[in-house]
Amino acid sequence: MNEVIDFKKIIIDKFEDFKLNFNGSGTSFLDLIRKDALENFSSLKFPTPKDEEWRFTNISPLLKFNFNPLSEEPEIDLKKIDKLKLKDSFKNRIVFVDGIFSYGLSELNGLAKTIKIESLTSAIGNNNELFKLHFNKYADYSRNIFTALNTAYGKDGAFIFIPDNKIIEEPVFVLFISTSEHNQSLIQPRNLFIAGKNSQATIVEQYVSLEENIYFTNAITEIVVGENANLSHLKIQEESRSAFHISRTEVNQGRNSSYESVSISLGAEISRDEISCRFDAEGGECTLNGLYLIDSSQLHDTHTMIDHAKPYCNSHEHFKGILDGKSRGVFNGKVMVRPNAQKTNAFQENNNIILSSEALVNTKPQLEIFADDVKCSHGATIGQIDDESMFYLKSRGIGEETARTILIHAFASDVVKSIKVETVKNYLEEILDKRFNKES
Amino acid sequence: MLQIKNLHVNVEGKEILKGINLNVNAGEVHAIMGPNGSGKSTLAQTLAGKQEYDVTKGEVLFEGKNLLDLSPEDRAREGIFLAFQYPVELPGVSNTNLLKTALNEIRKYRGLEAIDTMEFLSMIKNKMKLVELEQSLLSRAVNEGFSGGEKKRNEIFQMAVLEPKLAILDETDSGLDIDALRIVANGVNKLKTKDNATIVVTHYQRLLDYIVPDFVHVLYKGKIVKSGGKELALELEEKGYDWLKEDMMEVQA
Repeated sequence: MNEVIDFKKIIIDKFEDFKLNFNGSGTSFLDLIRKDALENFSSLKFPTPKDEEWRFTNISPLLKFNFNPLSEEPEIDLKKIDKLKLKDSFKNRIVFVDGIFSYGLSELNGLAKTIKIESLTSAIGNNNELFKLHFNKYADYSRNIFTALNTAYGKDGAFIFIPDNKIIEEPVFVLFISTSEHNQSLIQPRNLFIAGKNSQATIVEQYVSLEENIYFTNAITEIVVGENANLSHLKIQEESRSAFHISRTEVNQGRNSSYESVSISLGAEISRDEISCRFDAEGGECTLNGLYLIDSSQLHDTHTMIDHAKPYCNSHEHFKGILDGKSRGVFNGKVMVRPNAQKTNAFQENNNIILSSEALVNTKPQLEIFADDVKCSHGATIGQIDDESMFYLKSRGIGEETARTILIHAFASDVVKSIKVETVKNYLEEILDKRFNKES
Repeated sequence: MLQIKNLHVNVEGKEILKGINLNVNAGEVHAIMGPNGSGKSTLAQTLAGKQEYDVTKGEVLFEGKNLLDLSPEDRAREGIFLAFQYPVELPGVSNTNLLKTALNEIRKYRGLEAIDTMEFLSMIKNKMKLVELEQSLLSRAVNEGFSGGEKKRNEIFQMAVLEPKLAILDETDSGLDIDALRIVANGVNKLKTKDNATIVVTHYQRLLDYIVPDFVHVLYKGKIVKSGGKELALELEEKGYDWLKEDMMEVQA
């Protein structure tokens, strides 16, 4: 108990120091938001398994550490960074090291004339109007302690604005690298992506660590998809196995817009992804796919919420889990269909494969449907690798290990196929190969 | 090639095979017929190495090796192929991937190098013609969305690619219309050589009009009760299995 109070106290105490480095200086609107957020943080409590939304996700291990919210300039080990496979696959990238924008590692010139990619610090400094219009409008902190924490302290992240009618073929890569330099850092990226009317773009987010160190990433991404815009979003979470990762993505969709996301979760001791999409007008399409691959004592929690606030929208969720060791998986998919949201189509599925006798998954669909002319369905499965399928493969001469790998790949295949960025797809397939095929 | 001696097999605690004796030599086609429940599929799957089937007594030698000691994958690598009665669907596993992996594992076991991709692709395209399968099926998932006939033809296609020494066809004709049956039988016949052998497990004589057996064995209540040439199949067709039961009862009496 005392440990938890210390953590909160440190956060609150350090705020004074933080204020001195406020990059919101001169931007009173941000100062006010931050102070208010901190007050909320102070009065809110960290969730426990007694809270319905955290019933299967016990974060007390996280609270034992006095994470430091004040960012310090990290030392960049270029040799280790060069080993990161995806970094050089993208011509347009914005890179953050321990939460701080790295000009040296980023490549922003390619698309400079077409879209706006800026670090948040810079957007705030430039008093960007669009930023002020949308920042903090979607991720409410009044009842979410992690959001309050990020809003109070978050000072950097990616601000990406795709202007009306712009179609961007090349994906934009947003890379968050954590180094080993400052153990127990609290890294709080705050992103804002805005897709203008009729625009089209792909954003790839990756969280990686150079060492197996302990830190806490508390990330928030607010996304606005404009009318008839098409935004594709890939997120690959490969934090250190000892780290904690809590992320919240809030998406607001305009008329006839399309948002497609694929979330791949591989690292962290405890990770929780909260993804929330709200249809703000008719005709929206929202596709959320995900794959979590956990083993040892990892815990992964995906909580989604799709708000069919308007009629004629379609949502499609498909999350798959592969669990080994003593890992724990949690899936909770909420779909809310409001009374006026007629002609809604909402489809949700969560499939899990358990590879060991001690892994466990808790899956719960929650559909609240208040309109009557809708099509909604949900399904969840938890199973093991099929014996019959294994025998079939073996009867063709395929050995045990290879057969298992083939079937695990097959299980993950539809999520993998939904990744339209070829480099990321291959990257993931390599990871699956290495993880399960010990022979190669 | 294959010697089965006094094979007894239990399935879920119940004895299904009660002392099977059978010898199959290279170049031969053996038909195993019998009424439902006689143990035909059990025999086929036991030879392939199905774990749930308990061998309680007896011996099986394949090319002089103790088959029962080998894992299912090693049996396949030694040259045994089972065409399943109900081939399982494998969503997410492409036909090409399955065959290439299988072929390479078999080659590795035999000390050969992995097959070159281009050579492999052109080889399988040729073999598909044997069973009149569409090229487009190659990239599709194994048996997913395949009709009954396509599934059975896919089994024979796999057999064509893997070139086994002993092919065991487990009721390959069940659920097929006459056209599909003809295609499947045609494929099997084209793959026959003097060096390989085939065991055709079937309930109906009809298939044996197309895949002509050298030997016919009748399995009844876990035992081979009668063996003969291909005429035996015709006799069974004419007289039905009841004739055999009467025959047996006479013998017992």
